[in-house]
Amino acid sequence: MGAWFDANLVSILNGAAIGCLLFILAIGLSLVFGMMDVLNLAHGAIFLVGAYLGWHIGGQDPTWTTFLLALAAALGAGLLAGAGMSLLTEPLRNRSHLDQALLTLGVALVVAELLSMAFGNDVQAVNAPPGLDSTVRVFGSVYPTYRLVLIGVGVVFAAGLWILVSRTMIGAVIRATVADRDMVSTIGIDNRKVKLAVFAVGSALAAIAGVLGGPIYGARPGLDSTVLILALVVVVIGGLGSVRGALVGALIIGQIESLGRALLADAASFLLFGALAVVLVLRPRGLFAGATR
Amino acid sequence: MNAAMNPAVTRVAVPAVVWLGLAAAPVFLAPYATTTLTRMLVFGLLAASLALLVGITGLPSLGHAAYFGTGAYAAGWFAKNVSAQAPLSLVVAALAGGAAAAVTGWVAIRASGVFFLVLTLAIGEIVLQLAETWEPVTGGSNGLYGIPAVTIGGAPVSNAGYLYWFVLAVFAVGFAALWLVARSPYGTALRGIRDNEERMRALGYPTALYKYLVFVVAGTVAGLAGGMLATQQRLVTPADLGFTTAALALLAVIIGGAGSLWGACVGAALVIIVRDSLGPTLDGHGPLVLGLVFVLVVYLMPRGVAGVRLRRGGAP
Repeated sequence: MGAWFDANLVSILNGAAIGCLLFILAIGLSLVFGMMDVLNLAHGAIFLVGAYLGWHIGGQDPTWTTFLLALAAALGAGLLAGAGMSLLTEPLRNRSHLDQALLTLGVALVVAELLSMAFGNDVQAVNAPPGLDSTVRVFGSVYPTYRLVLIGVGVVFAAGLWILVSRTMIGAVIRATVADRDMVSTIGIDNRKVKLAVFAVGSALAAIAGVLGGPIYGARPGLDSTVLILALVVVVIGGLGSVRGALVGALIIGQIESLGRALLADAASFLLFGALAVVLVLRPRGLFAGATR
Repeated sequence: MNAAMNPAVTRVAVPAVVWLGLAAAPVFLAPYATTTLTRMLVFGLLAASLALLVGITGLPSLGHAAYFGTGAYAAGWFAKNVSAQAPLSLVVAALAGGAAAAVTGWVAIRASGVFFLVLTLAIGEIVLQLAETWEPVTGGSNGLYGIPAVTIGGAPVSNAGYLYWFVLAVFAVGFAALWLVARSPYGTALRGIRDNEERMRALGYPTALYKYLVFVVAGTVAGLAGGMLATQQRLVTPADLGFTTAALALLAVIIGGAGSLWGACVGAALVIIVRDSLGPTLDGHGPLVLGLVFVLVVYLMPRGVAGVRLRRGGAP
């Protein structure tokens, strides 16, 4: 067991880093669907906007200034994009889930095409900012510093969001909206504003995840649908509308993506599908369905 | 009296004129236009098979291109390595598409609504990754190229017009299969499942089995369409079974609307015109236009969308 652990430590840490990134990405998707029944298929495209912003502002070797600038730009772009998506889906509020999902699918196609027009079709790699682009030794294994920091960032985000959702008044409104939207509007809270706010913040997190994920995924056409699918699998496994579910789902998928690929290189895609299938067969609405925390 | 005759006349006359027009088309069209029309038939059959799922059964799939691509790779591989003799590779394609749908469908049909959308999306992505990584068979990201021309009676078919007629014949077979399913009592039960699955189950219909079967039928016909693609294009790339292809097939169904198999084919023709004919004049940014079309269709044609809230099932 000890030897196995040492041999696979790098994969396990990679899985944790990817899981943390996926959590930041997926939480917005999960809350928007859980609260407002809008499945935002443009979520991956917003991640890619962040990734390209990171590459465009910082180039291949960002400094701390450009890296932070890119994060700020991603925050702004994500907030705007989320608000825009919220307004776009508003006229469809009384139509089926499918119509709203299809609308966001159309938006995703448009955004992906605009990005390829603006930034070309080449695969762009991005390095970590200075100081984090080296490696450290973890239990005898050499490991990139940036990914270790990313795990820390993910923990901070998860803790912050958990406190926000479960310990504050804002969180109470969010949880109540997930549980019973109509009841919340009866007590005088305009749930269009709640939707706008959650959409905007969720999309901003997706764009920020795009910048943070730069040193891992880079920026390239097609990345939007890859991460969209990972995020969708995360929220389906975790249960829609649940912070805890998104975190657990993200950590599971992170390990499947990393440790699974390392141990069973050929079967990794099937592991992803297998995990999804097992969860849907045993718990059709996800592991933490109904729990907003 | 005219009014009484009209529906019967249109029911027989319109399809007859359309089929005759399709059969005569290569005589009047330039080779390039014939090739475009061939593409429309290929994509039209894919869209029609998806319409059986989306419009008639109410299962919105975003992974249908997976079975299309499975059929295309199977046909291409078979034609290259075993035999390019006329119907064989297409039979293989249909069987491969059906087998892939049978393997993945039992999980997919357990989910409903948006969950079905997510699961099929995941299935599509997994098959895409398989196509990109299984290089000995699929050729990896370069695609499967060097597929020989299909041979009929020992002679290879390379003329665009003859190829068109061959594809049209296969299209007719696939479309007839879908039409028969949609028209049968089984098809009526599928519409019942779309409108109210609980009630159908209460009436004693095995709804899960029905959904599974239609998923396999749609996958089989999509595989056949994929075989047509490999025959026509003689090249299969991972993009053929990617997310964009699946999304465009769904767009074609939505433009067609009302759970109509014909409508899906018309929608597919429009998609091909925008992507292949209009695309080059837009610097290859056809997807941009198609994305905008997608958005507009959702806003402006609510009755067309997926037939989920139809008052009655449209004609197949």
